[in-house]
Amino acid sequence: MTQRSFAQEYRDRVLRVVLPVIVLALSLAAWELVVRLAQIPPYVLPAPSLILQTFVVDRALLTQSLLVTLSTTLQGFLLAAVGGVGLAVLFNLSRLVEYSFYPFAVILQVTPIVAVAPLLLIYLPQPVAVLTCAWIVAFFPVLANTTLGLNSIDRNLADLFALYGASRGQVLWNLKLPSALPYILGGLRIAGGLSLIGAVVAEIAAGSAGAGSGLAYRIVESGYRLNIPRMFAALVLLSIAGIVIFYALAFVNHIALRRWHESALEAES
Amino acid sequence: MTKTSHRSGAPIVALHGVGKTFPSGTVALTGLDLDVREGEFLSLLGPSGCGKSTALRIIAGLTEPTQGAVEWTEAAKTENENRLGFVFQEPTLMPWANVSNNVLLPLKLKSVASERASERVAAALDRVGLQKFGTAYPRELSGGMRMRVSIARALVTEPALLLMDEPFAALDEITRFKLNNDLLQVWQALRTTVVFVTHSVFESVYLSSRIVVMAARPGRVFTELAIDAPYPRDQTFRTSAEYAALCRRTSDALARAMAAGGEP
Repeated sequence: MTQRSFAQEYRDRVLRVVLPVIVLALSLAAWELVVRLAQIPPYVLPAPSLILQTFVVDRALLTQSLLVTLSTTLQGFLLAAVGGVGLAVLFNLSRLVEYSFYPFAVILQVTPIVAVAPLLLIYLPQPVAVLTCAWIVAFFPVLANTTLGLNSIDRNLADLFALYGASRGQVLWNLKLPSALPYILGGLRIAGGLSLIGAVVAEIAAGSAGAGSGLAYRIVESGYRLNIPRMFAALVLLSIAGIVIFYALAFVNHIALRRWHESALEAES
Repeated sequence: MTKTSHRSGAPIVALHGVGKTFPSGTVALTGLDLDVREGEFLSLLGPSGCGKSTALRIIAGLTEPTQGAVEWTEAAKTENENRLGFVFQEPTLMPWANVSNNVLLPLKLKSVASERASERVAAALDRVGLQKFGTAYPRELSGGMRMRVSIARALVTEPALLLMDEPFAALDEITRFKLNNDLLQVWQALRTTVVFVTHSVFESVYLSSRIVVMAARPGRVFTELAIDAPYPRDQTFRTSAEYAALCRRTSDALARAMAAGGEP
């Protein structure tokens, strides 16, 4: 690689970070300006500075809500990971189990969670209902991806395992699961975002009737109270939570695959 | 028709009237009689569709024949644990495991104690000249080196019979020549038996002590040639008049086999 293209690549990388930041800063400035010049009242549209102020003033409340939502999301995600991978392995080991249960997994997936959440809230205590929603939404991509991965093994490698008389357990552990790893991680990346969505949907469905205190609940509650700045603050926190989850999982993906999988390889010079 | 007996030892595995018809109705092999004799380097040479790879898979036990039988001699049976090594057309390595762990796989599947296993892995890597690459990952290696890893993996169980399915077909000529030489060295050092599937006349003549030429549609043995040139063979042999003559003879046999084969 020549010196010139090195410099070019570096510039490219800097631009990728700097340009969105500039766009964000300009938008916020324009927003602030419009609100001030037009004297828009905060219950219609709060200025960014006011939202920032709300973060400071309401920090105890917002932090607590953030932790509640994050904890639900994380639990839902972990259950989805374990359940999705576990079920996929079970399906892979037994056709009968797959035939018996796969259609129901699909039904769980295709029924809109917004419609299911109110029912769950009737039968389950609220925290459990919220967690169940997060799990339902997040588990299917893990199941589907893991199933695909377990079936995408190299035929010759499978023959090789057969040649050396490998047991089913050995094939699963030494061949199928490692082959499926990139697919599983892909499923988990989707599940991370979805479990947050599931948690939010359930909290919103619970609404004012709920005793919960997650971020989505805060949004609904603040809406009723016309506390628009707090609505924005909670929304920003949800957004940041989503971004952090996405990049955390992308990082795990990179660490796990960087030595061997095509998707994680850097372009070679 | 040239048919010469050869100096090699007693058969270690014999195919009797072996046939294979796929569920689709395609006849891959019919009436195959083949002795694999101890210590020989046997090549199965033929056009694509002659069932040479199928024959190899039947010997390996990866496919059941639909007719006939595969018979292992008593001696080979007692060595049941590690009688076979198989090298595929592609290196067929586990991309998530480094070179050492790839070579270790057969021992791991057979639960060989890890201390002894790592010694044998090191010895196998040494044989193929990759002793320094144990911690490398397959993607970091060239095509030729990956194939060496694949060969090391097949050798690690010290098999009585090494089956190779066009292992060098995807490599460039320079690499292939090098690997041909190295394979011959390993074969002589280990005194193992090799069955080598190829569609290259030159490769089969260079390597083999015996060549079985096969014809296609349906796959069957067409003729058999003994390659009596002495080992060790090297660059001198590759450029000799004797080699050229043997290649011509084999080429003629292959041409006749192809003429005898059905239209594709």
